Amino acid sequence: MSEPWILILGASSDIAKATARRFAARGYAHCLAGRNLAELEKDAADLQLRTGAPARAVAFDAGDFASHAAFYAALDPKPVGVVCAVGYLGDQGKAQSDFEEARQVMAANYLGCVSALNLIADDFERRGEGFIIGISSVAGDRGRMSNYLYGSAKAGFTAYLSGLRNRLWRAGVAVITVKPGFVATRMTEGMDLPPMLTASPEQAARDIERAWRRGRSVVYTRWFWRWIMLAIRCLPEFLFKRLKL
Amino acid sequence: MARVVNWGNYPAVDGEIRGFSGDADLARAMADWPDAIARGLGRSYGDASLGPRMLDARRRRRFLAFDEGAGELTCEAGASLAEILETFTPRGWFPPVVPGTKFVTVGGAVAADIHGKNHHKDGSFGGHVRALRLATAAGETRCCGPDQDDGLFWATCGGMGLTGVILETTLRLKPVQSAYIVQDVERARDLDEIMDRFAAAQDAAYSVAWIDCLARGARQGRSVMITGEHATLDQLDEGRRRRPFHPKLRRDLSAPFHLPGFTLNRWTVKAFNACYYGLAPRRKKRTVVDYDRFFFPLDSVHHWNRIYGRRGFIQYQCALPLAESRRGLAALLSAIAAAGEGSFLAVLKLFGKPGPGPLSFPIEGYTLALDFPVKPSVMKLLDALDRITLDHGGRLYLAKDARMPAEVFTAGYDRLAEFAEVKAAVDAGGRWSSRQSKRLGLS
Repeated sequence: MSEPWILILGASSDIAKATARRFAARGYAHCLAGRNLAELEKDAADLQLRTGAPARAVAFDAGDFASHAAFYAALDPKPVGVVCAVGYLGDQGKAQSDFEEARQVMAANYLGCVSALNLIADDFERRGEGFIIGISSVAGDRGRMSNYLYGSAKAGFTAYLSGLRNRLWRAGVAVITVKPGFVATRMTEGMDLPPMLTASPEQAARDIERAWRRGRSVVYTRWFWRWIMLAIRCLPEFLFKRLKL
Repeated sequence: MARVVNWGNYPAVDGEIRGFSGDADLARAMADWPDAIARGLGRSYGDASLGPRMLDARRRRRFLAFDEGAGELTCEAGASLAEILETFTPRGWFPPVVPGTKFVTVGGAVAADIHGKNHHKDGSFGGHVRALRLATAAGETRCCGPDQDDGLFWATCGGMGLTGVILETTLRLKPVQSAYIVQDVERARDLDEIMDRFAAAQDAAYSVAWIDCLARGARQGRSVMITGEHATLDQLDEGRRRRPFHPKLRRDLSAPFHLPGFTLNRWTVKAFNACYYGLAPRRKKRTVVDYDRFFFPLDSVHHWNRIYGRRGFIQYQCALPLAESRRGLAALLSAIAAAGEGSFLAVLKLFGKPGPGPLSFPIEGYTLALDFPVKPSVMKLLDALDRITLDHGGRLYLAKDARMPAEVFTAGYDRLAEFAEVKAAVDAGGRWSSRQSKRLGLS
């Protein structure tokens, strides 16, 4: 690819796809990275037909940490931006008693992202350019009984992105933490989400693009989650622990 | 469990819905639910695509390939005509057939073998499809088209999803020079005059009429005829010629809640109809409008179906053979006006030659489409309209149907045996079914 391009990690995510469409409309080419190459190739064809901007697919397994260095080294030229949308909601009930499930939640939502972004951050820092958009979650703002394993991994990822932003600011590399609330995606399909509080992937993508354009560091999508989570974080623990959240 | 309705808000079913993305995902879903039905955007009116178990095809809506030379688009069946219009009209390509709303999926357009204002010239949707990829109820993936496995192909065009899940469609778009339509509007005083207009408008690319279904006596059948052509560049004014594919689209409105059931009654409808007719030009008037205004005027009011209230409405659409059309239409309009149950969305259109699909709705002759709020008196009237339709050799459209008795269906469609044969070959148990197909004895 000769034009500036964006690497999407975990590109089968609905938020990632919608975000790629917005950046493609601005002329960025895309490389869609994920496990299911056959499906991603169709996603790439779709992105290219809809926007006219080039797109291709490449195999990437966030859980296979050892492969990440070779994966990133093979990309030539290097991307000008990365969207990390790797995520796995998992089953909280199962993860409480079955460590394998808990390990997978932590591997996908935290370790895999850290492993890949460490390499990319070094490259961007050396080049003194680029941006990193990490899709974390409001679930990382405070652990709740209904999804604290997913939440704790996202909390780790949020803290990681915060530190990375602090480090890369000097190099002129922007790091944006995205905290979606409820979004109607494949991940949340079948869950009974309140329609008033639930965003579409397209709305989330619009919020992400706007945050990127305006140089924001942390963006909640939709915007009201900032205030909902502020209220939740402010609840004193003696009260919070009694709630069924 | 979710409460699911189609566009008419009637009937409602409690069923399970499940999305699918990849082929493997779908295979799993079909193995778990061997008696489901696929659904798209829910823009059919009645109980087609409703059932206890439904597969939501909207997750698969990618464009896969486009041949710029032939205008052939291959896309997943969950893609909507709105998405095709948004992406390909600015490049000079238009869907070959569009219905009265752009919010339908390609899969739904194939399954209902939809027709548009160009049926008299271009036929129905299936005639423009080059190939389909289908997951049959038996669990195989089959490719078919007009020149490959055509029995399965034509049974699927108009087959209301009963042959399986349509996965991918290759269809031929048509080249256009702009996103505008040159539209002619003209009144017709009565049924004879509007039928003469249709007969004279055989060369128009698009033709349709709004008809006042409550007008009686000498005014019976008074209508407003609308014809149109895709505008060429030299038909556009300076400003539009500079940006021929980027019309300023209107801001959309929405009906935020269901209006009370009494909003639509014979007086409000009569008043609306009198205004609509009265404001239409007496002599032919030509204007240039964007495609949204010409094809999809109601799409700009999201949830317009809510004006009929919570109980919902039924859209009744019949087609009559040409030779019987004059008498049949007069009898239908008389029965509607006498009952005083009418809608302001009555539409008349002259169909051309029928397509090859055994369940495809259009037959050569006139089609009349009307909306009625759901209530007991209306149900009685619709039974009477069924009899008139059958007496004149006509039939009803499955994509609109929510209530016709099985006898009315079998009397109207004469090629059911052909369809049944294909259905048996791909779905031996006849399990792949909707609420409609069970009601009509199709599965």
